[in-house]
Amino acid sequence: MCLAIPGKIVEIAPDNRDSALVDVVGVRRRIDLGLIQDDKPVPGDWVLIHVGFAMSKISEQDATDQMNTLRMLGEIDGAVQEVQGYGLEGAQQDPQEVGQEDLPEASQEKVQ
Amino acid sequence: MPSDPPIRFRDPQIEMAHGAGGKASRRLVEGLFAPLLFGNNPGPLGDAALVDIGGTKIALTTDSFVVKPLTFPGGSIGELAVNGTVNDLAVSGAKADALVVTFVLEAGLPTSVLEAEVRAMARAAKEAGVRVAGGDTKVVEHGKADQMYITTTGVGHLLRGVALDPSSVRPGDKVLLSGPIGDHGITILLARGELDFQADLRSDTRSVFPLVEALVRAAGPGVRWMRDPTRGGAATSLNELARDCGLGVVLFEEKIPVRDAVRGACELLGLDPLHIANEGQFLAVIAPEYADAAINALALAPGGSEAQVIGEIREQPAGSVLITTLYGGSRIIDMLVGDPLPRIC
Amino acid sequence: MKFVDEFREPELISKAAEEIRHLAGTERHYCMMEVCGGHTHAIYRFGLKDILPENIELIHGPGCPVCVLPMGRIDDGLSIAQDENVIFAAFGDMMRVPGTLGSPLEHKARGMDVRIVYSPSDALKLARLNPEKHVMFFAIGFETTAPSTALTLMRAKAEGIRNFSVFCNHVTIIPAIRAILDSPDMRLDAFIGPGHVSTVIGCRPYEWIAKNAGKPIVISGFEPLDILQSVVMLLHQLKKGEAKVENQYKRVVPWEGNPAALRAMNEVFELRPYFEWRGLGFISQSALRLRDSYAQWDAEQRFSVPGIRVTDPKAAQCGEVLKGVLKPHQCKLFGRECTPERPVGALMVSSEGSCAAYFNYEHRKAMVTGLTSIA
Repeated sequence: MCLAIPGKIVEIAPDNRDSALVDVVGVRRRIDLGLIQDDKPVPGDWVLIHVGFAMSKISEQDATDQMNTLRMLGEIDGAVQEVQGYGLEGAQQDPQEVGQEDLPEASQEKVQ
Repeated sequence: MPSDPPIRFRDPQIEMAHGAGGKASRRLVEGLFAPLLFGNNPGPLGDAALVDIGGTKIALTTDSFVVKPLTFPGGSIGELAVNGTVNDLAVSGAKADALVVTFVLEAGLPTSVLEAEVRAMARAAKEAGVRVAGGDTKVVEHGKADQMYITTTGVGHLLRGVALDPSSVRPGDKVLLSGPIGDHGITILLARGELDFQADLRSDTRSVFPLVEALVRAAGPGVRWMRDPTRGGAATSLNELARDCGLGVVLFEEKIPVRDAVRGACELLGLDPLHIANEGQFLAVIAPEYADAAINALALAPGGSEAQVIGEIREQPAGSVLITTLYGGSRIIDMLVGDPLPRIC
Repeated sequence: MKFVDEFREPELISKAAEEIRHLAGTERHYCMMEVCGGHTHAIYRFGLKDILPENIELIHGPGCPVCVLPMGRIDDGLSIAQDENVIFAAFGDMMRVPGTLGSPLEHKARGMDVRIVYSPSDALKLARLNPEKHVMFFAIGFETTAPSTALTLMRAKAEGIRNFSVFCNHVTIIPAIRAILDSPDMRLDAFIGPGHVSTVIGCRPYEWIAKNAGKPIVISGFEPLDILQSVVMLLHQLKKGEAKVENQYKRVVPWEGNPAALRAMNEVFELRPYFEWRGLGFISQSALRLRDSYAQWDAEQRFSVPGIRVTDPKAAQCGEVLKGVLKPHQCKLFGRECTPERPVGALMVSSEGSCAAYFNYEHRKAMVTGLTSIA
């Protein structure tokens, strides 16, 4: 159910816009794009491949955002603790609150 | 009359798994063949047997080659048949002197196909510097032999300056791998065409003797154990090592060489390169004081530039193989039961 | 490998592990269930339990479609393929799963035409290439895989390919999670949600877990940094006493899911009134079957199926392990009568089933190193 791997679209079949050649570090296969109807992938796009079908386009922006968040893990806490160590007024924020603000969109997409 | 030795092999019939080189194969060999053929205490079963002939020890080995398709990028069954046996002798510390070869041919096999394989064998034998001294042929009915099966039996003489023995392995010894793993098995898998993947990959089939010779020359006294990881992959060979020496084999994941395309295919299909067959690589355990000399010698030898120290021997986990990551994660690497199968989950 | 290697960067993994240790503290014990078998596999493959603190316990959920498939269904599928004109096609995952008379590979050894396929579209291709035979695709999987089967059937119908059918065992994830939460012994604090199922169904279907059951759930990717980041997000919620659905796997999971995939599923499949899950019993509205409009491609309608029910031995405690009540090694059969080589129960059958994963990766490690991890 779960094995899905990112691959890069190399070419779309000229006679069938649902058939594409995808490349995963040099391994190539024809895959079916039929499950992505809005915003069809084009050569150069990255898709998530599962059992020979593209499940979703991969958002480079979201991936970059996530890497930035991961790189900052612990740094916000560290900065706050350092400030608290100086005994400065107004720096008594809960470290987790601060961390939470910096997780992009995660807390903004609340369940309606 | 002394009673026949008991058979420990309980499976009611032979399955494909018994030929895959993993746990099922081991059960068959240890549970049926060994008690009936090898006597009560055969010792650890290696790649070649050492036979004393009038005071001289010779190395003797045999191997059968069954592969579909017969030809594939990088080689064919003929080359496998020569290199496979030459390599079994090499990792036993011996230079192959002569081979004999048996063909089991399927009626209906085009002569051109047979000729191509025999030419491939002749070429491989010449390149490996080994003489083909004779052979035998049988023909079976159409449908009974997948075109052809080849068996080669090789004899060789032991190289000086090396004494291989798993019981000489010590904690602190280094585990060395001659080059990237997984090329052969993935090439065959893709060549079968059932999974409809293409990649620019070739079988790594070659004689490893020149590399072994260079290793022995530079580090002979420090070489404790060698094996060529064919069916069952490096995981199987290393588990056999762990079991035979009773110590732990600890691998460093970031050090194990794997080509990108092999990695990609394994990720796509849910396979582990450590379980995939190789036909042109070998593993060695080297005493730590000889490890640098060993790697340097291989790096200078043709085809040895990708050799790596991939792990070391430790007390724990005794009898098992553990792979570790740079961030402190680890897992046990076991032998598979049968052939590795692609998965989607 | 792009979009893979970045999420396996060792330094960042160590950093994330440190952040988890800091957040988890030492006072409280946290029980988190990863629903999906792919997550179970990833946790073991990357050795993540080694770097999580002792007070975070990971419990393996029922999201392994091979494990929850009753043996009778395998028997039924194989009985159809006894006909020498039928080709039995399935994913590699199914090939060693034992039926009463053996696994598909064992049937192949006895002469059945059994083929491993990577994609349902490859099974359809087999049908095109073998017009004189019938290809029966034995379909398994949750909502990640069902749309691909659906689209393949739509293509078969559009092309008028008659020598093809699907034996459908697709199941849905939400009822399985519900069964876990309904269990009286349930002691979970939070869920690591199935990332790839969610590329299809989106994040909304999990809202009741947060709202009604009060448990946080983070939809997670499968790389080590994805899983660790999800644990960080869950810890934040748990420490604040919050319970909401969050999407960690934003780079591929859309909140609203994949409309084309959902449409394909809806076109081809309908919910069965009930379906048996190995280890969990009968669950209503939890599995898919082909609609009447696709009856010609439904193996259960084209062929007579014995409908065998095989019950597991009572001693096999799969249900309790599935629900997280027992650890694999606490089942009486574990490692003795029941091993990956000779599986008795559901969870030992697939390499991502809790018991098989534990056996292959953890058990021997614990035995030889003397370390027992809490999870």
